[in-house]
Amino acid sequence: MPAAHDSSSAAAAATEILRVEDLHVSYGAISALNGISLSVPAGAIVTLIGGNGAGKTTTLHSLSGLIRAARGRVHFAGEDITALAPHHIVARGLCHVPEGRMIFANLSVAENLAMGAYLQRSPAQIAAARDYCFSIFPRLRERLRQNAGTLSGGEQQMLAIARALMSRPKFLMLDEPSLGIAPRLISTIFEKIVEINRDHGTGILLVEQNARLALEISTHAYVLETGHIVMSGPSRELRNNAQLKAAYLGS
Amino acid sequence: MEAFFQQLLNGLSLGAIYALIALGYTMVYGVLRFINFAHADVFMSGAFIGYYAAQRLPPGTVWGGLAVLGAAMLGCALIGMLIERLAYRPLRGAPTLNVLITAIGVSLLMEYSGQLFFGATPRTFPAVFPTKQFSLGGLAISSNQLLVIAAALALVAALQLIIHRTRIGTAMRAVAQNPRAAQLMGVNNSRVIAFTFGLGSALAGAGGILYALNYPSIDPLMGVSPGLKAFTAAILGGIGNIPGAALGGLLLGTVETFVSGSALSTYKDAIAFTILLTILFFRPAGLLGRATAEKV
Repeated sequence: MPAAHDSSSAAAAATEILRVEDLHVSYGAISALNGISLSVPAGAIVTLIGGNGAGKTTTLHSLSGLIRAARGRVHFAGEDITALAPHHIVARGLCHVPEGRMIFANLSVAENLAMGAYLQRSPAQIAAARDYCFSIFPRLRERLRQNAGTLSGGEQQMLAIARALMSRPKFLMLDEPSLGIAPRLISTIFEKIVEINRDHGTGILLVEQNARLALEISTHAYVLETGHIVMSGPSRELRNNAQLKAAYLGS
Repeated sequence: MEAFFQQLLNGLSLGAIYALIALGYTMVYGVLRFINFAHADVFMSGAFIGYYAAQRLPPGTVWGGLAVLGAAMLGCALIGMLIERLAYRPLRGAPTLNVLITAIGVSLLMEYSGQLFFGATPRTFPAVFPTKQFSLGGLAISSNQLLVIAAALALVAALQLIIHRTRIGTAMRAVAQNPRAAQLMGVNNSRVIAFTFGLGSALAGAGGILYALNYPSIDPLMGVSPGLKAFTAAILGGIGNIPGAALGGLLLGTVETFVSGSALSTYKDAIAFTILLTILFFRPAGLLGRATAEKV
């Protein structure tokens, strides 16, 4: 394997799938994001870490169109998607697994998956996506007729990810997939995230408070603090960064 | 005993109409979390659309009656979607109270423009379906009563099919549960909300025709009382709960009919509402409603 692709910025720009430029978001008078910029190469896992209230969730909400940006641009797969409605953004292959999972608790697991495939028209592709979901989360197949609200926290997270996969995304944004999940399931979920990325080359933007895990599976990381990117670089380097260690990784 | 079954039949046919109207209240509440007070006036519009459609159709025929019913349902679906588009959609994201006040405004607007255009004098609704009186074991049954019950059953069954077996129906339930998550699935929430208004209003339109067949005097304020009862029925069943609205409607219609057939008939509304308050005292979320903490 040649190591030439390692970090030539020109090559990275050519294969970049998501680019955020100078994004500002505010809730009324309170500004939540003060001009953040980031770039995700196609097929990579990139993580956005930071403490509570740093603006991680706000970033994802504005990328998926749930909140309007006051200023700045979002480019996805070569298109400016800043002003698009959420359902148009999903249609372009950018899918957001929200914090707290937000599964449809009164719908069955099968119906939740069907909702994930809402914009898919081809029955064959829907069936293939479902089979893929069952291959990575076999437990969902057993619970197909059950109401999603009866699943455990870990199973609900699996369902939330599977539901997103049903839209056959080019790119997934995961918001705190480890939140409120039994510790032994957290590593499973993270393994599956890597598997999804590897199987389909699905790009992933992972938002996490568990910085140690996030830095382990990602290639690049951004650190967000009070609406600013304060640090970024290859995850390998950030893992050993003294400042970051003190703030997010414990010593 | 005969009197009991007679009243039960009368009560169920009144209750079936309340149920049809209550479904619209509960469905709109499900997706938008507010009470569409103009719904009662959509019901009234259904009766008037039927009144005018009947003038172009032969009276007392099955197909003519069905055509009148269809015209009212279609017309009301359009009116419901128009109200949503013009009055409520611009308020998306505004506090619920603002939307509620707007709904009261739309309701008054429809009632008084109805008086302006149609006059306040009640009109006689024509017998659009063939009518027949049966006598069964001492019970006096009119074909209209059976028609009301059969039509209500068929429409509720169709509604259940739409909600549970179609893509848009699943989307309606998803939007009702979590509108943000539904958007993230690629659902155009505005379209689903418009569809919900259309569906609920079509049922109210059918209710308007069925009501006018049994109480054949229509006027622009005719929606007020049945509308209030149906709203009550929706709360009684558990607002946002579709089978609950149907059950609440049947229950309220039956109770009201039994009380009005008794010596206490003057107090029929008072007694019906006392029963309602008693039920809500013990089951605050309604008969089939689930007590859930309000999400933040």
